[in-house]
Amino acid sequence: MNALSIIIAFGVFIVLGAVIGLLLALASKVFHVEVDERIPAITECLPGANCGGCGFPGCSGLAEAIVAGTAKTNACTVGDDEVSEKIAEIMGVKAEKAVRMRAQVMCSGTEECSKKKLTYVGVSDCHAAAALGGGDKACPNGCIGLGSCVKSCPFDAITVENGVASVDYVKCRGCGVCVASCPLHIIELIPYDSRHWVGCKSVSDGKMTRNVCDMGCIGCNICAKNCPEKAIVVENHVARIDYSKCTGCDLCISKCPRKIIWSAATYGTDGIVISRL
Amino acid sequence: MAKILLIMLAAILTENFIFSKFYGICPFLGVSDKPSTALGMGMSVTFVMTLASAATYLVYYYVLVPLGLEYLKTVAFILVIAALVQFIEMFLRRYVESLYSALGIYLPLITTNCAVLGAALTNIQNGYTFVESVVFGFSAAIGFTLAILIFAGVRERMKFCDPPKCFKGFPLILLAAGLLAMAFSGFTGLSI
Repeated sequence: MNALSIIIAFGVFIVLGAVIGLLLALASKVFHVEVDERIPAITECLPGANCGGCGFPGCSGLAEAIVAGTAKTNACTVGDDEVSEKIAEIMGVKAEKAVRMRAQVMCSGTEECSKKKLTYVGVSDCHAAAALGGGDKACPNGCIGLGSCVKSCPFDAITVENGVASVDYVKCRGCGVCVASCPLHIIELIPYDSRHWVGCKSVSDGKMTRNVCDMGCIGCNICAKNCPEKAIVVENHVARIDYSKCTGCDLCISKCPRKIIWSAATYGTDGIVISRL
Repeated sequence: MAKILLIMLAAILTENFIFSKFYGICPFLGVSDKPSTALGMGMSVTFVMTLASAATYLVYYYVLVPLGLEYLKTVAFILVIAALVQFIEMFLRRYVESLYSALGIYLPLITTNCAVLGAALTNIQNGYTFVESVVFGFSAAIGFTLAILIFAGVRERMKFCDPPKCFKGFPLILLAAGLLAMAFSGFTGLSI
């Protein structure tokens, strides 16, 4: 190898690099695509967890939909008012108030208080168990407790405690991914500051529910009769609270003979829900 | 024609890029989580590898060989492949929007994929003609897609198993990949 071949190699690669660079520069001009600069700006504002709670493929998908006008500025279920306001500012429209939600597992049938109908040995997944006859609990609406929701949660907010999935309200961002993951549909999204919820989804009648669970709602109607706001309705042998009417007066809790209506333990003056009482 | 068929069969089964040459292990382990993403990756690799085989053949025989710079082929190929992927990306974005969004993030990811460079270098090493090079690049990528798809299916099943704690996650994935490679070595005895 002599000096000349080194110089040739050097020259050839400079020319090669320059030609390719020039071609690419040209191509970027020729193939230029107009991108709405609001899309990356909105993507920047969104939480970036790509949880899919809004129904669009990831945060950038939602940003595109907002710019295209097919989604509202508060479509992000995870982001709070601040996010909605920032997006509204970019879009130049008035912010719509975001309602923060949290997930609540509507089952209170822990290992001690629920009866078992079988011993489940198999794939550790709620969908598999549900297809086989609904897990080990005798109640057809009881939490299977194999943790499909735990695996689905993008924020690691769910754990299975004592046979029932339980949501860490501080970590929960209300994206709703777990709601879709539950084969029994016993997880619900409720307003974040809800004081009360009925911890049962059993649609069996009172006697049946009593047979399989020490907790379950028997649909006795006492709460509905006593509620001053008429916020509780009993449908299919289970009580349901209408959160647009509930004022959190605690009357239903004291009247419930089964103690299945839960109350939230709050922290501080802004009422952050930290656990259930 | 027989030689073309032989090249295809060898590239897909007996000389599978992942299981016998161990090229492209990083996308193989990285994006084999779900069959759908694995297919996206496989499609991108097929697309780029076929075009890269053609481009590098031309660069090698019409630029490097006349100038006596064969020993610099690795450097030249990296440059050409990187530029090619960039160019394809811009082209697709402008004219084939649907393909661009289907390939998505995988296209820029394989700019520096060793499997693509490996195909280009193997073409030169084996002295393939232009047509043979393109066929080899295409079939090697089909072999890659086959491998990553099979493995994605295996991983989907593995999510439901309950292994000892020390095997959870990557150890089990690597073991499964090893077993799959051994299974593929059964094709070595294949002869036409």
